[in-house]
Amino acid sequence: MDFLIFLIVALPLAGFLELLFFGKRIGEPGAGYVASATVGISFVLALIAGFDFLQGGEHGRTVELFAWIPSLGLNATFLWDPLSAMMTLVVTGVGALIHIYSIGYMHGDPGFGRFFTYMNLFITSMLLLVLGANFGILFVGWELVGLSSYLLISFWFEKPSAAAAGKKAFVVNRIGDFGFLIALMLIFNSFGSLDYGSVFEGAEATLTAGTATAIALLLLVGAAGKSAQLPLYVWLPDAMEGPTPVSALIHAATMVTAGVYMVARTGALFELSSVAGAVVTTVGALTAFYAATIAIGQRDIKRVLAYSTISQLGYMFMGVGALALVGGVFHLVTHAFFKALLFLGAGSVIHAMAGEQDMGKMGGLRKKVPVTFATMVIAWIAISGIPPFAGFWSKDEILASVFNRGGGYIVLWGVGIVTAGLTAFYMSRMMFLTFWGEPRWDDGVVPHESPRSMTVPLLALAGLSAVGGLINTPWRPALEHFLEPSFELVDQTHLPEAGVQVALAAVSIAAGVIGLFIAYRRYVRRATQLEEGGRWDTLLAGYHVDDLYGRTIVAPGKAAADVMAFTADAKLVDGAVNGTGWLVNWAGGILSKLQTGLVRSYGLGILGGVVGVLVWLLVAGGGF
Amino acid sequence: MIPLLAQASTDGLAVEPYWYMALAAVLFAIGAAGLLLRRNALVMFMSIELMLNAVNLTFVAVDSGLGSLEGQISVLFVMVVAAAEVTVGLAIIVAVFRKRATASVDELAGMRG
Repeated sequence: MDFLIFLIVALPLAGFLELLFFGKRIGEPGAGYVASATVGISFVLALIAGFDFLQGGEHGRTVELFAWIPSLGLNATFLWDPLSAMMTLVVTGVGALIHIYSIGYMHGDPGFGRFFTYMNLFITSMLLLVLGANFGILFVGWELVGLSSYLLISFWFEKPSAAAAGKKAFVVNRIGDFGFLIALMLIFNSFGSLDYGSVFEGAEATLTAGTATAIALLLLVGAAGKSAQLPLYVWLPDAMEGPTPVSALIHAATMVTAGVYMVARTGALFELSSVAGAVVTTVGALTAFYAATIAIGQRDIKRVLAYSTISQLGYMFMGVGALALVGGVFHLVTHAFFKALLFLGAGSVIHAMAGEQDMGKMGGLRKKVPVTFATMVIAWIAISGIPPFAGFWSKDEILASVFNRGGGYIVLWGVGIVTAGLTAFYMSRMMFLTFWGEPRWDDGVVPHESPRSMTVPLLALAGLSAVGGLINTPWRPALEHFLEPSFELVDQTHLPEAGVQVALAAVSIAAGVIGLFIAYRRYVRRATQLEEGGRWDTLLAGYHVDDLYGRTIVAPGKAAADVMAFTADAKLVDGAVNGTGWLVNWAGGILSKLQTGLVRSYGLGILGGVVGVLVWLLVAGGGF
Repeated sequence: MIPLLAQASTDGLAVEPYWYMALAAVLFAIGAAGLLLRRNALVMFMSIELMLNAVNLTFVAVDSGLGSLEGQISVLFVMVVAAAEVTVGLAIIVAVFRKRATASVDELAGMRG
């Protein structure tokens, strides 16, 4: 059993190493098969290992591999409990489907082998992140996903925009990681340990309210970086420069959920600070609303989905912040299904349109890509919150729990409801502009359905998006039951009573339907084309936040770097170093005059020296 | 040494200890002069040997005067080191002579800084 859990991580790692050294030789499509197989087998192993938890009540186990940093009491240990099992299943399951899809999508790319190398590295890192039994392993996984994300975003590094996007993602993530690292130091300082077990169990007795708030808020900084929340969300839209399967895997289904996972995992710390919980919920609600408004104005099909992802992650933060941990994690799962599907579907559309991503040049694709269309419709309804598809159940559980906390949280619930309406609107806008209306294709584009290796994963994800929500319905909360042992230390927020639940659900369904209807009237009946100018340009540019950050943060940073590089370093440090060298050189030039090369002059010198010393001894030493 | 010299005896022809010292001083001065004035490396070498042996002489003389042995042991060391030094030095001189066809140290000033 322990070995099984070790294998879950070791297999993608082995795949990564094999492709790293032999990827070029294996080539296409072998590299894709190797990568998909390792992840697929990991998924099967995770299923087998996860059976233990189905009866419920099982706490899971820790698997110790080796002592890592003995002086800190830190070991390389994996934790296999319901939460990490569920995360592992999502990562490897959705990951395997996306790997298979990529075999078709990356067909003919010169970097085919390299792509799958990075993908396997990513899966390995993500598994480390979710399986670690202490903050040390979590941090290692955390940094490694950052690295693989950077490698994959700038996968087409010959393109300057892709290289810049990768850099941006990395730098913004570093800002979050900085907060995370300080939080880890605070935790170690308070508990003398980084193990989940001792930290969470001792949290209530050890931490003062102030320390708990500080730790929780610093963790939030880290989570906001990785999960693209305000104000560190700016890297995610640019990350769409990467290949579409990367956007699906990393920037929709898995990596960006690391922050949600981390907050859920550390729920015992967030529980101790009502301030931190409120901050997380507020950040989530604001991000959800804010990103949804930007998504309305996008032209690029992938950027719509990028902002949509940020918005949905906001919902998850609302959930975990309000201590509806199951709700947040539940939405993480369903979102992984339908958002991966939306991205892969968008990739299929882009593939069909020969690389075109501008919705202004699509339209009328319904008949041309029927499978893609049908599967994307399911994802569209799921994200719009229409029952019984997946998104409804999870989003509603979060909103109902937030509502049930009362007080200021009811305002945040209202924000969530408005966002639900906006979500339905922008998703419908994207669907209508892409699949309905008259074709606006460029000349010479002949849309065609994607190959089987791409459509099969779409169908699988469509199935999950359709029924995935049923794993946790209010009358049969199977997921809640399943996750119970992982969250038993946390006093979670519960759902309101049934009558209130139905009323809340009706409100959120109404919001979704209104959004759908407005979009239908605008884009289908009136056949409105892509809007331009005025406020739409502001939305398209994401409220010019990038410019704002550029002026207020990046430019001063660059100026400071210039001062350090061209004044402090070039003049002061280099000056000191060169000055020392020059001084020695100058002194040597003078002293070298003594080296006449004439042996007899040296002899005279020695003799003179001896005589001098003797005289000095005689005079100063007062005789012998 | 100074008491030794001060003892300068008055009884005529007996070999006094300070004679040895005087002889050693003369030998040393000749050696030093030869080292500084001659250009031939071989002759300079001989001058160095002269100086070394002048020192040896003082060692032995003073030792016999004091009735101790340390100085005499030192002499043996000096002789061994001098022999080794001559071996190496002569080899260098021969090698240089073969290459440059001269043993004049003034012409071998290639190490001038």
